[in-house]
Amino acid sequence: MRVHVFIPCLVDQFRPSAARSTLRVLESLGIEVDYTPEQVCCGQPFFKAGYHTEARRLALKTLLHFQDGCLVVSPSGSCVRMVREHYAEILNRDADEKRRALDLAGRTYELSEFLVRVLDVTHLGSSFSGRVTVHDSCQVRRGLGIWKEPRALLDEVAGLERIEMERSDTCCGFGGIFSARNPEISAALARDKISQAVATGAEFVTGCEISCLLHIERHARDMGVPIRTLHLAEILASGL
Amino acid sequence: MKPTCHLFGQNSRKALGDPHLQEALRSVDERLRTMRDAAFRELPNAEALREQGRRIRDRALAGLDVLLEQLEENVTRLGGTVHWAADAAAARKVVEDLAVSRGVRTVVKGKSMVCEEIALNQGLEARGLDVVETDLGEYIIQLAHEPPSHLVGPAIHKTKGQIAELFRDCLGAPLMDDSEEMTRFARRILRERFLSADMGITGANFLVAATGAVVLLENEGNIRLSTTLPRIHVAVTGIEKVVPTWEDLCVLLQLLPRSATGQKLSSYVSVLLGPRRANEPDGVDEFHLVLLDNGRTRILADEALRETLRCIRCGACLNTCPVYLKVGGHAYGWVYSGPIGSILTPQLLQDRRTASALPFASTLCGACAEVCPVKIDIPRILTELRRRYAVDPAWGPAPLPERAFARMAGTVMADRRLYEGASRTARCALPLLESGPPLLKRALATFPPPAEEPFRRTVSKSPRKAEDPHE
Repeated sequence: MRVHVFIPCLVDQFRPSAARSTLRVLESLGIEVDYTPEQVCCGQPFFKAGYHTEARRLALKTLLHFQDGCLVVSPSGSCVRMVREHYAEILNRDADEKRRALDLAGRTYELSEFLVRVLDVTHLGSSFSGRVTVHDSCQVRRGLGIWKEPRALLDEVAGLERIEMERSDTCCGFGGIFSARNPEISAALARDKISQAVATGAEFVTGCEISCLLHIERHARDMGVPIRTLHLAEILASGL
Repeated sequence: MKPTCHLFGQNSRKALGDPHLQEALRSVDERLRTMRDAAFRELPNAEALREQGRRIRDRALAGLDVLLEQLEENVTRLGGTVHWAADAAAARKVVEDLAVSRGVRTVVKGKSMVCEEIALNQGLEARGLDVVETDLGEYIIQLAHEPPSHLVGPAIHKTKGQIAELFRDCLGAPLMDDSEEMTRFARRILRERFLSADMGITGANFLVAATGAVVLLENEGNIRLSTTLPRIHVAVTGIEKVVPTWEDLCVLLQLLPRSATGQKLSSYVSVLLGPRRANEPDGVDEFHLVLLDNGRTRILADEALRETLRCIRCGACLNTCPVYLKVGGHAYGWVYSGPIGSILTPQLLQDRRTASALPFASTLCGACAEVCPVKIDIPRILTELRRRYAVDPAWGPAPLPERAFARMAGTVMADRRLYEGASRTARCALPLLESGPPLLKRALATFPPPAEEPFRRTVSKSPRKAEDPHE
């Protein structure tokens, strides 16, 4: 099996280890992974800020990049949701464009979803020692309906203790452009989230969306709280 | 009230620093939200019921013109009078003229968001009338000269201690610390007002076209008194409140109290069918229904935004919204707040630009859409309004520098070489950028610093070896 890996900009720039881990996890299952740096941003930030012309342009480039019909796997729930749900909304100038948007939407998967639902794999042979709690990102849980999958995968990791935090599906306050326009509210929400995570005694917060994790990490540092964030892929790749 | 939606940032900073408000908001979260969730969990068919609610509201909106005519016919047949008001000023004038021409001196009011929308109290007071809010929460904010901060609980931003002080300062009450005692105190005062009032003014939760019924839900009995004791009852509401039939109403009656307060049914449900008839012992002498447009037909005509009008004003989206729960209702700067306010206010205000910050006052987390009893896709509408405020000259557009930046960023992100160049430059210029324009500075403060090298530069260099995430 051959798949494309779509590495979103934030993973690329801020957490390249999550991208490397994604490739490693997939390759450990014998999957042929195709990544080329020609890929571009999915257009989500533009779409959500109101600039649909720019979002369309990036969406069309993404369609072109992944046009060969192979499955696309991405370690970012929000970008997957952009492709899956919003491409067809903004790419509607003609029937062909819309058809291509729907085609890509139908074969693009978030990493944990791909592993559990498509491959039906939960045991990867990973090992990771530590207490871990899951933050259910809004775009992942409410947007894509994914929350059992990361838990099923984590529960198979040797040495890992998974602890649930209260209200794991409450927003961390990032919200893209929201955090730039309303930094004080954004920070207040992040502090609540971090307090919930800390209350579990977890050493790590994980999830399927890097933007939330980066946001949490930044505010945890500002609060002087010794909790770290790891993308699910980073944990799954551990020990492989 | 004069909208201050454009000050959302400033208002919200003030709200975050107000310990009383933060305490009050925590109880919204702990009580209203929790009770709503529990009420829906015990429904075996919650999803189907919401879907039914959505369909009913959509059908009502699709046939609104016909339903409104049918409603008018039935209300008139029952002996009531229907008044059509194109805007807030017209609605105020109808009610003020009615009151003045009937020699009314005291008006008792039931809680009504539409009355707040048209600033009815100020209008009546300017004509020399004595207006008393009789919903306890509304009474509190009337004493405090504040607008409501929540669709259902108008004084929800106030703590018990603050209310006790308000009663002491405005009513000469002793400083009380028991809510029941405070309620009894207010009740004694309000009872007198009910008995001396000539006119009762309320909103309406639903209007049933097929029967001409005006339906009102409440928990305090003050609406029951306002609509029966005075000789005149005026109901003021928006044209979108109509539902076709009694069966439709029954579905929405299951959804509204559960969504608003977690109750199976409100303590009082009043179904009003016109004034007292010749052979009836009690009821009002006159009944008037004021139907307000105030921008609603414009929303109805806008296909992308129409579903905003499905709203039945339960407030569930406020109680679950992480942003609302941090800043409260006043930060939104007008009558309607929270997620529904962020989509409704931009569409209702004459000067749309005043409200341009509101669609951005959301993380698009989607919690609101998950609880909405009539399944309004609030995040989709927020996104659409953002688009209009950014690029549509009829709404915004955003300032030229922002649009230019978006265009430039779009070009950079769409081209691998430009993107990689920008990523290299940004890494070198990071310290410089951190002292750059405020928006950029704040954006950079959201995340930790970027990695030394982006993934794309490392991918082909080294074989993918195991990494220890603990490091």
